Amino acid sequence: MEDFLVYFYQNKETIFVIVLSIFLGVEVISNVPSVLHTPLMSGANAISGVIIIGGIILLGHTDLSSGISLNLILGIFAVIFGTLNVVGGFVVTDRMLDMFKKKKKK
Amino acid sequence: MNTTLQDLGISSGDVILEISYLIAAVLFVFGLKLMSHPESAKKGNLWAGGGMVLAMITTLFLHRDADGSTIGMTNVVVIVIAIAVGSVLGAIIARRIKMTAMPQLVSFFNATGGAASALVALMEYSNPENTSALVTLLGLIIGTIAFSGSMIAYGKLDGKVGDIFAGWVKYFNVALLLIIAALTTYMLVVDLDPGMQTLLSYILLALALVYGVMFVMPIGGADMPVVISLLNALTGIAAAMAGFIYHNQAMILGGIFVGSAGAILTLLMTKAMNRSLLNVIVGAFGGGGAGIDKEHGSIKEITLSDAAVLLSYSQNVVIVPGYGLAVAQAQYACNDLVKLLEGKGVEVKFAIHPVAGRMPGHMNVLLAEADVPYTKLVEMDDINPDMPNTDVTIVIGANDVVNPAALDDPSSPIYGMPIINAHESKNIIVMKRGMGKGYAGIENFLFFNNKTRMLFGNAKDSIQALVSEIKEL
Repeated sequence: MEDFLVYFYQNKETIFVIVLSIFLGVEVISNVPSVLHTPLMSGANAISGVIIIGGIILLGHTDLSSGISLNLILGIFAVIFGTLNVVGGFVVTDRMLDMFKKKKKK
Repeated sequence: MNTTLQDLGISSGDVILEISYLIAAVLFVFGLKLMSHPESAKKGNLWAGGGMVLAMITTLFLHRDADGSTIGMTNVVVIVIAIAVGSVLGAIIARRIKMTAMPQLVSFFNATGGAASALVALMEYSNPENTSALVTLLGLIIGTIAFSGSMIAYGKLDGKVGDIFAGWVKYFNVALLLIIAALTTYMLVVDLDPGMQTLLSYILLALALVYGVMFVMPIGGADMPVVISLLNALTGIAAAMAGFIYHNQAMILGGIFVGSAGAILTLLMTKAMNRSLLNVIVGAFGGGGAGIDKEHGSIKEITLSDAAVLLSYSQNVVIVPGYGLAVAQAQYACNDLVKLLEGKGVEVKFAIHPVAGRMPGHMNVLLAEADVPYTKLVEMDDINPDMPNTDVTIVIGANDVVNPAALDDPSSPIYGMPIINAHESKNIIVMKRGMGKGYAGIENFLFFNNKTRMLFGNAKDSIQALVSEIKEL
């Protein structure tokens, strides 16, 4: 029990961010017309590519002096996958939204 | 006395980095908020993307590890190359794929995000400086499930992977989940030597991979949009777990934000189907329900010329699109039909069921591609009161979402799911490839309704033939 209390206290800012982010997500998504569910999901999907930051940090501080290591390879894959998620996600969303935009001009 | 940066042991770069994360986080939220209106959606996507690029650049040049060293030049080069490879691949894939393959594509990119989270967690677990073992393991498990689950969803949507409806899958999955939980607890409680730690983390990875596969395997049909949205939420949560490891607020906010948005979208859809999330995950569709041997009418076909006349002399027509429209790529032909009928003074609307298609809002995207104005797309709850006054309802490649068994047959697996009340309209034309059952494998009594006429064939061919028939009238 004490461990838990200590853990909570040490990470209280983070826990606040998490709880408030949950409400934020609910607030932003509620009342969205179903027309936009797909682009919205796709856009959210691209944002979950924020893991790329973790990949950069990890690969950034990987020791390269010892040549090619398993960590290096996995790190490179993490960054490539993360980028795929980010770039692919945003580009696809943009393409979807293009279709909605076309009709406005008419 | 004033505190200086030096007193805190940080540089101005550290502060700039945190400020950039704050800006990125704000851009994520604003971007997604803007995306909830058709007019501002494109701008929102750009904003969110901008936030991501900003956070990537500042991390690359300003991030310092616990020893205070920034990312070395060689590492920067390796990272930039990896990002370049990912960007080029991502852009090519995203640009080349046909719009009809959109659900697969979203699943695929979701899988890559999950894989990245799993890899980061896997490596951080063996890092002695990492103190959040629980969060790391959760990130590993969730990221891996999101990865393998999304890959299976991708395969299913692409028609490469079939379904397993076997009853044992349910028990297998529960057992597997218990094993994963037990192993995780063991790894957290017992003091392990590094070699053992690594071994167990790989075993955990393997188990989570299998779970992701088996979790998505029995899910199909109308449940697919729900599961895609759920997997999306999982990827967000996995990214947030990694953010916890690095005390990185942008990652935490971004990840949790996406996680909760995805969860809400998932719940909205399960609510639209009048089912619980648990029911979607555990109680897979398939079989059951009333058999065809019950008393019912007979199937009546309609000729193209009869259909053409019927439609031309109607006042209002409602089109109910389903996955069959997407498969046949009939959206353009469909728009031609709409324009033609409108030219004749017929009012045409589309009735969009919340789970029509294979991803949330699938029909909307499909019809938008063919330039159908989104003002013509009416949601289920708004169109149902008008159904009794509708002259003709055309059901194109939809099945379960118009099955009246959902309303009046308690033994049907889809009983309780709200449907578009096509059976209430004065005439119904059903376009269908053949007499096969829908994805859910349930008999549809709408097809036997006295007011229903069937038009068999590929939806695109049928609509095109219908268009030329109407033109000749």
